[in-house]
Amino acid sequence: MSDVLDTVTDSGHDAHADHGHADVEHGAHGSSGLSNNKLAMWLFLGSDCLLFGGLISTYMLYRGRVQRGPNPNELYNIPFTSVSSFVLLMSSLTMVLAVTAAGRNDDRRMRIWLCTTAFLGSLFVGAQVFEFRSFYLKGLGFTTNLFGSSFFTLTGFHGVHVTLGVIMLLSIVGMTLRGKIPGRKAEVVELIGLYWHFVDIVWIVIFTLVYLIPS
Amino acid sequence: MAIIERPRELAPASFVSPKQAAGSFHRPVQTKGWKSWFFTIDHKKLGIMYGVAAMFFFLVGGTEALLIRIQLAQPNGKFVNAQLYNELFTTHGTTMVFLFVMPMAAAFANYFVPLQIGARDVAFPRMNAFGFWCFLSGGIFLYLSPLLGGLPDGGWFAYAPNTGPIFSPSHGMDFWALALQITGIASLTGSINLIVTILNMRAPGMKMMMMPVFTWMILVVQFLLVFAIPVITVALFLLTFQRRFGATFFDVKAGADPLLWQHLFWLFGHPEVYILILPSFGIVSEVLPVFAKKPLFGYKFVVFSGAAIGFMGWGVWAHHMFASGLGPISVMVFSLTTMFIAVPTGVKIINWVGTLWGGTLRFTTAMMFAIGLIVEFTIGGLSGVTHAVSPSDTQQTDTYYIIAHFHYVLFGGAVFGLFAGFYYWWPKVFGRMLDEKLGKINFWLMVIGTNFTFGPMHIVGLQGQPRRMYTYKAGYGFGPWNLVETIGSFIIALAVGTFLWNVVKTNGITGKKPRTAPLDPWDARTYEWMTTSPPKEHNFDSIPVVSHLDEFFHRKYAEDANGNMVKVATGEEILADQIAHADKHIHMPSPSYWPLVLAVSLPIIALGVIFSTYLAVVGGAICVMAAYGWAIEPSTADESDFENPAGPSTEVTVHV
Repeated sequence: MSDVLDTVTDSGHDAHADHGHADVEHGAHGSSGLSNNKLAMWLFLGSDCLLFGGLISTYMLYRGRVQRGPNPNELYNIPFTSVSSFVLLMSSLTMVLAVTAAGRNDDRRMRIWLCTTAFLGSLFVGAQVFEFRSFYLKGLGFTTNLFGSSFFTLTGFHGVHVTLGVIMLLSIVGMTLRGKIPGRKAEVVELIGLYWHFVDIVWIVIFTLVYLIPS
Repeated sequence: MAIIERPRELAPASFVSPKQAAGSFHRPVQTKGWKSWFFTIDHKKLGIMYGVAAMFFFLVGGTEALLIRIQLAQPNGKFVNAQLYNELFTTHGTTMVFLFVMPMAAAFANYFVPLQIGARDVAFPRMNAFGFWCFLSGGIFLYLSPLLGGLPDGGWFAYAPNTGPIFSPSHGMDFWALALQITGIASLTGSINLIVTILNMRAPGMKMMMMPVFTWMILVVQFLLVFAIPVITVALFLLTFQRRFGATFFDVKAGADPLLWQHLFWLFGHPEVYILILPSFGIVSEVLPVFAKKPLFGYKFVVFSGAAIGFMGWGVWAHHMFASGLGPISVMVFSLTTMFIAVPTGVKIINWVGTLWGGTLRFTTAMMFAIGLIVEFTIGGLSGVTHAVSPSDTQQTDTYYIIAHFHYVLFGGAVFGLFAGFYYWWPKVFGRMLDEKLGKINFWLMVIGTNFTFGPMHIVGLQGQPRRMYTYKAGYGFGPWNLVETIGSFIIALAVGTFLWNVVKTNGITGKKPRTAPLDPWDARTYEWMTTSPPKEHNFDSIPVVSHLDEFFHRKYAEDANGNMVKVATGEEILADQIAHADKHIHMPSPSYWPLVLAVSLPIIALGVIFSTYLAVVGGAICVMAAYGWAIEPSTADESDFENPAGPSTEVTVHV
């Protein structure tokens, strides 16, 4: 969602101009009270909820159906995953700090916190890769059984979301360094923040349903 | 008189070597030629492109239908074999649903929603272009399948495990799943875009309850899309993972539940039914008041019943699965919800009839198609209610009775509504009138063809003719009715041909000078008629302030002393007034390469998923490049992107 353009909003360089009321109406905050970009991000996240809803339902349907290969209880390493979950949750905190810094136009702190968030996110993804590998070595492949297919699909989709988030965070850092962000910087950071928090919340649901509730 | 910045064609032609803009290319700012279409982000051009592409797929899907009907015209048909027959009905359904009705509704929505709410474009014009190119590349990708291993053959709802690698070994279903994934991206981006546009960019004074009904119905549809598309996305991913990577989701041997696909598909599929029909309901709700010369009867009821359909549409999906052994409680619950959802639909029918009641009716082609929708859709709605009765439905499942039902609601409903829209809005979009005489021939052929084709299906369906069977034996009594159906289907083809001839004849394609449409040919009521036909690039010179539902009508008519409505202004006067108060500076976003490049990368990735990882990597690289190009590209072109950069001081006055 890096599409940050206000269609017909005046870019504001000719202050003397007589702008039609349409331009006022179409400004940063539309009749819904949210800017176009933010409203679009909320809608996308609402849609993404149903994507994860479908994947979680599939997992819940199939988690107990193990005809061959290991079953969930033999594999999960709850303490390890708890630590990586904690890391991901902490990244939400650093994301908030980045958004606040962006709101204050403090570019240096904003970049520091964005990089920290990206680092914590990649740590989480790294832990997930490690976990996938250890499951695989214990005999659970993608095609082994229904549990394997649905587990790797669900957590894999979440991992892809985190990875995309990390890429977006680092891209934003790069773009602010080169001064190439179109639109308002603080809002762009806030939009990625919304996405990042959403991905974290989804992980809380997945962690609870997949890891903590015994099958 | 309006002053528009960047009057490209009027500036002196002197080429100055441009600086490289934020991306690596300069922007495609041409206003003429193929580039002005390929890289456009203008919602009106995209609307027309949606319409043309959807019409093309309508002809493709229609041809498939005719081939099916030729095969079934006689018992023991030998025209196609069983495998080809499977492929034909699968692609017919897929094409008509995903590549004709949805994008044609998107064509109307793209073109008219901004005009109906007084916006100059949609909220995210580049995303709008991306949506169109995704739809088109998804459609083309689907039709690459016959060249690369066979058309999909698992039915348009693709029940797994029947569509798994064992029962459908060709690449057809891979193409099907990935093509729908790509068109799904089009629907998702389009829906987010239109919701933001409608909620945030209405003309000053236009409250939600002053929006034209078509815009309202489009809003409901976009909310359905936002939440329905991810569900089928999941289903398609699961199917693709099973077919391409050996996952076990639908492998019954591994303990999989075959109902998983059905639930996921119909949880998407039933809202999809309303996604298909509600835009046509919106069109009809625009057409009927204009030609009955009365306001829509019960505007609020029409709006709220539309929203109610939107909500209740989520609670009826399992009525597609009554025969699958859900258990008595589920069946009872879904029977009841299915009966309830007939109520808001019935409310709409009553409102339309109430609009006609006592009106001064003008039977133009658009009006006749709208009335045709009311009649044909009601027939389909009544047979729909019989499906809510689960014992009866169990008997009818997978027979031609079901085919009869959903063709009455989708062809007699959705398609009739779209044709009403063609005839009603043609002068707005192209500034030309379609021929009314040919239009009426078109309408009557369509009505006769529809009832001949789909009417007898009720009878043979109740007699037990199963759907998706490539032939039937003589002696069951199906033969004569099937012949009638086949004749009917060719009458429909004739109707569509009449429409195309009408378009060719009245739009100067034959070389005859076309007739320019009057500004307000129908004495219309809504906002989109308050600008030129076709509208300018920026839609409105100034955005009129809204104070009424049916704003245009209230500007044209006022009550006299006796309480009668009398005409006080013409459309031309209202337009002249708008031009006199034109906004001096209108900034429109600039065209872009990236939506097209990004959309083209998706079928390359999809081909890679089927055939070769290297191809997927290439597609992925293009995708990443396009995403970054898009992200760092500002929404309006830099001065240096124009061949003749002009400083802000050289604004040129354009007379309009």
